[in-house]
Amino acid sequence: MILNMLVAGFGGQGVLFMGKVAAKTAMLEERFVSWLPSYGPEMRGGTANCAVCIDDKEISCPLITRPETLVVLNTPSFERFTDAVKPGGRVFVDSSLVDKKTDRTDIDAFYIPSTGLAEENGLKGLGNIVMLGQVLRQTAFTGLETLVQSMKECVPASKAFLQEANERALRLGFSYCAVQA
Amino acid sequence: MSQKYLMKGNEALAEAAIRAHCRHFFGYPITPQTEVAAYMAKRMPKIGGTYLQAESEVAAINMVLGAASAGARAMTSSSSPGISLKTEGISYIAASDLPALIINVMRGGPGLGGIQPSQSDYWQATRAPGHGDAQLLVYAPSSVQEMVDLVIRAFETGEKYRCPAMLLADGMLGQMMEPVSFPDEIALPASKPWALTGTGEKRRPNIINSLYLTPSQLEEIVRKRFERYELIKQNEVLWDSYRLEDAEYMVVAYGATARICKAAVEIAREMGVKAGLFRPVTLWPYPTSQLAECAKKVSRILCVEMSMGQMVDDVRLAVNGTCPVSFYGRTGGIVPTPEEIAQQITALAAAKA
Repeated sequence: MILNMLVAGFGGQGVLFMGKVAAKTAMLEERFVSWLPSYGPEMRGGTANCAVCIDDKEISCPLITRPETLVVLNTPSFERFTDAVKPGGRVFVDSSLVDKKTDRTDIDAFYIPSTGLAEENGLKGLGNIVMLGQVLRQTAFTGLETLVQSMKECVPASKAFLQEANERALRLGFSYCAVQA
Repeated sequence: MSQKYLMKGNEALAEAAIRAHCRHFFGYPITPQTEVAAYMAKRMPKIGGTYLQAESEVAAINMVLGAASAGARAMTSSSSPGISLKTEGISYIAASDLPALIINVMRGGPGLGGIQPSQSDYWQATRAPGHGDAQLLVYAPSSVQEMVDLVIRAFETGEKYRCPAMLLADGMLGQMMEPVSFPDEIALPASKPWALTGTGEKRRPNIINSLYLTPSQLEEIVRKRFERYELIKQNEVLWDSYRLEDAEYMVVAYGATARICKAAVEIAREMGVKAGLFRPVTLWPYPTSQLAECAKKVSRILCVEMSMGQMVDDVRLAVNGTCPVSFYGRTGGIVPTPEEIAQQITALAAAKA
């Protein structure tokens, strides 16, 4: 599978949006894709997550129980999902918000202070997009310009003024050299 | 079928209904189908249609009855507890021989239950969509694209037989996004000479009614309706299969569960167990003879549902003892994983060996 990613965090962190931007790249590249969110009260402040599958063949099951790529933007998600990552997979941790490290040695762990990086660069609230840039760097599930285009299409016209900041956040995350543990 | 859109199942089915010339939507919000109503609320006023949030589910379904009586392509949408409220109206619609579309994006039950995906309204949809001798056409999509395709088919088939149709989806399909495309052109509804559109003083009045106090008259009307049901059973069955050609073990599942079973079949195959999938697309009419035919070629059958076991009744009726049928289900809003289903399949194989 080209991308088998679970993104998890608090509602409001842009977890679902981050997944959607990744999913939309598959549309641009004419691949198969599914995007499955958690829904209900979780979206309103509780923990939220979404599963994104991209492949060259039809996606049989949109559920992800053993992610190849896991992105965690808060501690409860880190605790809930890190053990589920497939051996040989990878976890991306927002180290600005999660003060923990995995002791698993069969997966790659990347600790990126994405929330902090975003704030330092005048991109408050775009930690999710910084993280997406880093996911792209490590997984190469699409091209950088495709991802930029995808984001353009995901940002509604009423929020077009955010486009420039989003793109900057994406490139910032992409160029960040993560300390790999 | 050109441009592709990345859409939630709920939004895609609403867009499909609009493109299928439906201009009358009556609803009442409930998770996990609220996006249907939200989408309709946004779009209908712009295209001269009616979006109406009724004071209750009961009111909404009776508005559908009214609009359908006047020949309009009309629909409503809800989720399990809301559908229970609508069943009286659904029975009246069936008894009045009116076509209409009812969407059920199922959630866990009984009672208020929960809001996570479920398939525990199978019995309600196929056995007792309301009181009386009546059936609904029941379509069970298992992808966002199929939600689009089956909404269009449900309108057209319902009108052909003057029979209400239900799209039986679940929270997972409603909430997930997949690429979809829409047909370039969808035929306009055929004329409905029975509709209550005014006589213009040129013909005798049409009457839409479901009250017949003379038993012999009512029996005759019900029998006539069942003749149409027989035609539906002959002509409108839909089903699909996956890797059944050389399968020794057949999984039977519909809707979102069928997607997960597909992945389970792949896992079982990797472990050397020849599994395949039979997927009913219409739940009524049920692909009884097709399933019976497939059952002759396998040694065991596993029915998987997000319920305590409802469709398994129809599987057993179809298979009629040809081979053992076992059941695996999760309920209450729990979605089974491919791994746990694969384990059930391999356990069947082990039991046989």
